[in-house]
Amino acid sequence: MASVPRSFLLLSIIPTILILCADFACCNTGRKTGDGLDTDFSGFSVPFEHSFEVDDVSRFRMRGALQLRGGRETSVSLSQSQLSEEDRNTLKEVAVVDGLYKIRVPRVSLTDRQTERQMDGYLTAFVRACSLVESHLSDVITLHTDVSGYLIGVSIVTIPGACRGTEVEDEVDLEAFNTTLTIIAPTNAPQPETALFIERMDIEHEKRGKPQEQKSFFAKYWYLILGGAIFLMASSSAQPSAGGAEEQQS
Amino acid sequence: MFPPSLNVTFSKKPSVKMAKLTSLFVVLFSLFCISEAVFEDQVGKFDWRQQYVGKTLFAHFESNTQSSKKLFVATDKNIFASFNSRTGDLLWRHVDKTGPEGTIDTFLLHGQDALMVVGDGRLLRSWDTNIGGLNWEAVLDTGSFQAACFVAIQDTVKHVAVLKKAAISLHYLSNGHQKWVENLPDGDAVQYQAVYSGGEEELYVLGVVPNSHLTIIAYSLEDGEITKQRSVEAPWLSSVESSCVVVGQGVLMCVDPATFALYTLPIQAEETPEFSQILLQSLDLKVSPGFQPVLVSSQPHPARSPLSEFFLQLGTDHHVLLQLNADGYTIAPLRDFQPSFLVSFATTGEKTVAAVMTPKNETACAINLFSVDSGRRLLDTTVIFPLDLNGGKPHKLYVHAFLKKDDSVGYRVLVQTQDHALTFIQQPGRVVWTREEALADVVTMEMVDLPLTGTQAELEGEFGKKADGLFPMVLKRLSSQVILLQAWLAHLWKLFYEARKPRSQVKNEVTIETLSRDEFNLQKMMVMVTASGKLFGIDSKSGSILWKHYLENVQPNAAFKLIVQRTTAHFPHPPQCTLLIKDKDTGLATLHVFNPIFGRKSHIALPALPRPILQSLLLPVIDQDYAKVLLLVDDQYKVTAFPSTKNVLQQLQEMASSIFFYLIHSDQGNLSGFRLRKDLSTERIWEVVLPTEVQKIVAVKGKRPNEHVHSQGRVMGDRSVLYKYLNPNLLAVVTESTDTHPERAFVGVFLVDGVTGRIIHEAVQRKARGPVHFVHSENWVVYEYWNTKSRRNEFSVLELFEGTELYNSTVFSSLDRPHLPQVLQQTYIFPSPITTMEATLTEKGITSRHLLVGLPSGAILSLPKMFLDPRRPEVVTEHSREENLIPYAPEMPIRTEWFINYNQTVLRVKGIYTAPSGLESTCLVVAYGLDIYQTRVYPSKQFDVLKDDYDYVLISSVLFALFFATMISKRLAQVKLLNRAWR
Repeated sequence: MASVPRSFLLLSIIPTILILCADFACCNTGRKTGDGLDTDFSGFSVPFEHSFEVDDVSRFRMRGALQLRGGRETSVSLSQSQLSEEDRNTLKEVAVVDGLYKIRVPRVSLTDRQTERQMDGYLTAFVRACSLVESHLSDVITLHTDVSGYLIGVSIVTIPGACRGTEVEDEVDLEAFNTTLTIIAPTNAPQPETALFIERMDIEHEKRGKPQEQKSFFAKYWYLILGGAIFLMASSSAQPSAGGAEEQQS
Repeated sequence: MFPPSLNVTFSKKPSVKMAKLTSLFVVLFSLFCISEAVFEDQVGKFDWRQQYVGKTLFAHFESNTQSSKKLFVATDKNIFASFNSRTGDLLWRHVDKTGPEGTIDTFLLHGQDALMVVGDGRLLRSWDTNIGGLNWEAVLDTGSFQAACFVAIQDTVKHVAVLKKAAISLHYLSNGHQKWVENLPDGDAVQYQAVYSGGEEELYVLGVVPNSHLTIIAYSLEDGEITKQRSVEAPWLSSVESSCVVVGQGVLMCVDPATFALYTLPIQAEETPEFSQILLQSLDLKVSPGFQPVLVSSQPHPARSPLSEFFLQLGTDHHVLLQLNADGYTIAPLRDFQPSFLVSFATTGEKTVAAVMTPKNETACAINLFSVDSGRRLLDTTVIFPLDLNGGKPHKLYVHAFLKKDDSVGYRVLVQTQDHALTFIQQPGRVVWTREEALADVVTMEMVDLPLTGTQAELEGEFGKKADGLFPMVLKRLSSQVILLQAWLAHLWKLFYEARKPRSQVKNEVTIETLSRDEFNLQKMMVMVTASGKLFGIDSKSGSILWKHYLENVQPNAAFKLIVQRTTAHFPHPPQCTLLIKDKDTGLATLHVFNPIFGRKSHIALPALPRPILQSLLLPVIDQDYAKVLLLVDDQYKVTAFPSTKNVLQQLQEMASSIFFYLIHSDQGNLSGFRLRKDLSTERIWEVVLPTEVQKIVAVKGKRPNEHVHSQGRVMGDRSVLYKYLNPNLLAVVTESTDTHPERAFVGVFLVDGVTGRIIHEAVQRKARGPVHFVHSENWVVYEYWNTKSRRNEFSVLELFEGTELYNSTVFSSLDRPHLPQVLQQTYIFPSPITTMEATLTEKGITSRHLLVGLPSGAILSLPKMFLDPRRPEVVTEHSREENLIPYAPEMPIRTEWFINYNQTVLRVKGIYTAPSGLESTCLVVAYGLDIYQTRVYPSKQFDVLKDDYDYVLISSVLFALFFATMISKRLAQVKLLNRAWR
């Protein structure tokens, strides 16, 4: 029981796409990729923004675009650009003052695209900027949906998650995100397992019940009854002499 | 903590067939559980129950003799009850359904019959007042209830008339059968509000078309035919109910607050009648500005017409006794009562008296009787009612008058105060009993440790003081030792002195002065907050109320949160509790800071809270006086600290970046997290939105801050450890679907980290709906819901594990825990609905946990958490047996031995409070609702306590015997050795 595989929990995890932009692709913005995806009728793309400021006032900028595909098999992929020189420096500065690195995605529904009902507001999450820097931009982003396919929450963690104060010397480490992206739908809570239990009970009953039921009372205890009868007979025949002996003794 | 014997039993019999083992296991387990029940001689030893009825709406005394002992009340909690008027004890009590279905609309008493209209005119009931049994019950026609009265013919009361919005019906008093029912004419336009019978052949129904005219309809008692129907011009009249009474020989008396005039009208008049006006000015009476004058009359017997004397209330403390003259339209003032708080009529035999309560001084009121006919004061009838400074003002007066042997009028009086308390007073002012009915509606409570005794405090004080040097320290130590010795000697002397007295005379009265902590901290102070705004301090051992404090000006819909800011542990600083009172409409909050041991209000500067408060949180940060800091977040997300000394603000600035809090707007489905900034403003750092079109948040629970978890993991059958996911910031959010269709309804359970907003787990229970009750503790969440498909209640348990390795074993940080925990879940059928649920709590968390489940039947079930374990195996294996896991069974058992309150049912349990005691095995439990029940539970039995019947004599005699046997055998051995050596 203890070794329930994690895949059991993350039922709807779809393998994610890691996009590593080449050096020349610094001009290749996420928006461009998103435009290209408009031709795909079943999927759509939403902006994926981030904010990291030394004064901790949120100013969200584009980090990339999320391509979402609803329906039976929900999938998500992310196309994102590299961090610019300026951004890298800001991120490092934020990390030094223990600021936060925040991300946000707009509230959308994965299934209900026909109505085009735009919900206002964003889903926000954060991670300590220092842990992002120390993990060399290795983040795990999880999108959570509810039963009807609305995005309800987003979370971001870095692996490793700790801030140990190690300096990141290599500028290259902070250029591209190494993102693992998953989308999680709610799991169905189990119902009481009556059927299985009854089945098991039946099997047990069969195993145990059959031979016992066939035996009648006499069949079970014939030796006791026989023994008792013999004893009674023997004692009744021996009684007069024994009684006489007792009388004589007293 | 299960006894190891179980384990041994099974490991010895590995060859037994698995099936047999399963059944054996169950049998053994149940045998083991039986031993948890209370023994007969333990009944009432550690537990007590108090029964309440709620705020009195109607009260009647049994009969007007001096020896009568019964008193009947109908309350706002839909309860009809009888008290023994000598002791205040409950004789019997009938608890009806909650909500409007069981509301008691009216309560009439005639002789042995108590008549009651229930559920806005749904049912008419008659009770036998002697034994409290139901005589009969009649279902009434639909329509909202207006009024009811007894109807008498020829001096005997045989019927009861019930007036509803559109119909009037007459019922036999003997069996409830309907004699006749008539629709009221013109029911849309006319509001029928009153029914009157003065013992004649007719029954009068009074209706009003507001600000137009009054309608009087006379019905024949025989067959319900309309004999008369009149319409009287009354453009000043808006409601008969509130401004009119019947006095004298069927004269309707109305008061018009606009023109300050009284109007009279003979109801039975043959010709077209008219109101005759009497200006109050002409009687030399003046209404207090802004006050709506009220008329009070009395009809001592339904077979006779009402008294011609009546009271007119002119101000909050001004009443006048008036008399309607025989001519039917002139009024004579009899007596002016100013100041007077309350007035009431009382009748005994042929005599009717008026009781008037007047203020005497700051701490007492005087009640006097007056003759109704003349307005003269009756001699020797003064009763003093002591006004409790910590109680409410008198609200209502119920007088029980009787004739003494010398034919003079004697009386007892029941005073209801604003705090719902009932006080029964006898002449000349002895308080016979008091019932604190506010306790029928406890909202929240806390248990606070009692203070140390003087000597203990002396020792504590020694450590608290700053060290002055070696020599003074030694002196101090010596002096405190001397004090201890002194106390011990005094204690011995007391024991010796009391040992000579018979046991019954030795009383252990608990008073506020003698309160002190016992050896195992089993006795605590229960601080209870009631919906009426009255606070109580109750001794947990005896249940006696040690202090009470009534907070005036508390709105009826206020929300309360009780916070213990400083415990008793910081001598010499007194303990401190803070009550946050929030008005639900405006969101504005006030603080009441008090000492939980004595109930006294602390004189501490309170912060100004001009804006609505959204959230309050108690930080582990303490100020220099050891009070924990309370943060209050207002609707602009600004934070106020209390106490807000310089020291605190400095600490807050240092810690700001690690103080996170969350807010939940359930109407928008919005959960958001904030971080404190150095300037005490906040920044929003995460947001989760659950669309309200799909589901709505019904409840959110974190973990209890005083909860300890002893073991970090569970040892499994293969000796590896499964570590628990113990996130102190975890929130359990429960939602219900907006779609209530049985096939599509669901209950959602979200586990959200309160710091990062990360959704740790998200589960949906399909085909389920609320009400959801849940407990969130340690690494598990247990919730109960209604399965709409199978139509039954089900329990589900979620447990979170980190796995076989800990990510960071030294410290838990929500910010650094990247891996999601493993979640295990199992669901069971529970054969009963439940009303509330709580988990036991012990000091160190070593003791196994039980769930305390309040059932609607009034029982409190102590359900071992062991039964709610998602690792219960479907198929028994060697490993699961090793772990003592019970094989999975879909149905959760309810064993009557698990009822911790045996036959002491507690009705309408609203909450269960658990508190740890000084003994690890013992958890203190208080269940509150309509009743209050306090007990102790031992989830793993009393493993750290010797039993009451422990045989000290036997064990010591065995010890001594062994000791002497050793001595003797040693000696014998020596002798033998010596002899052998000589040989």
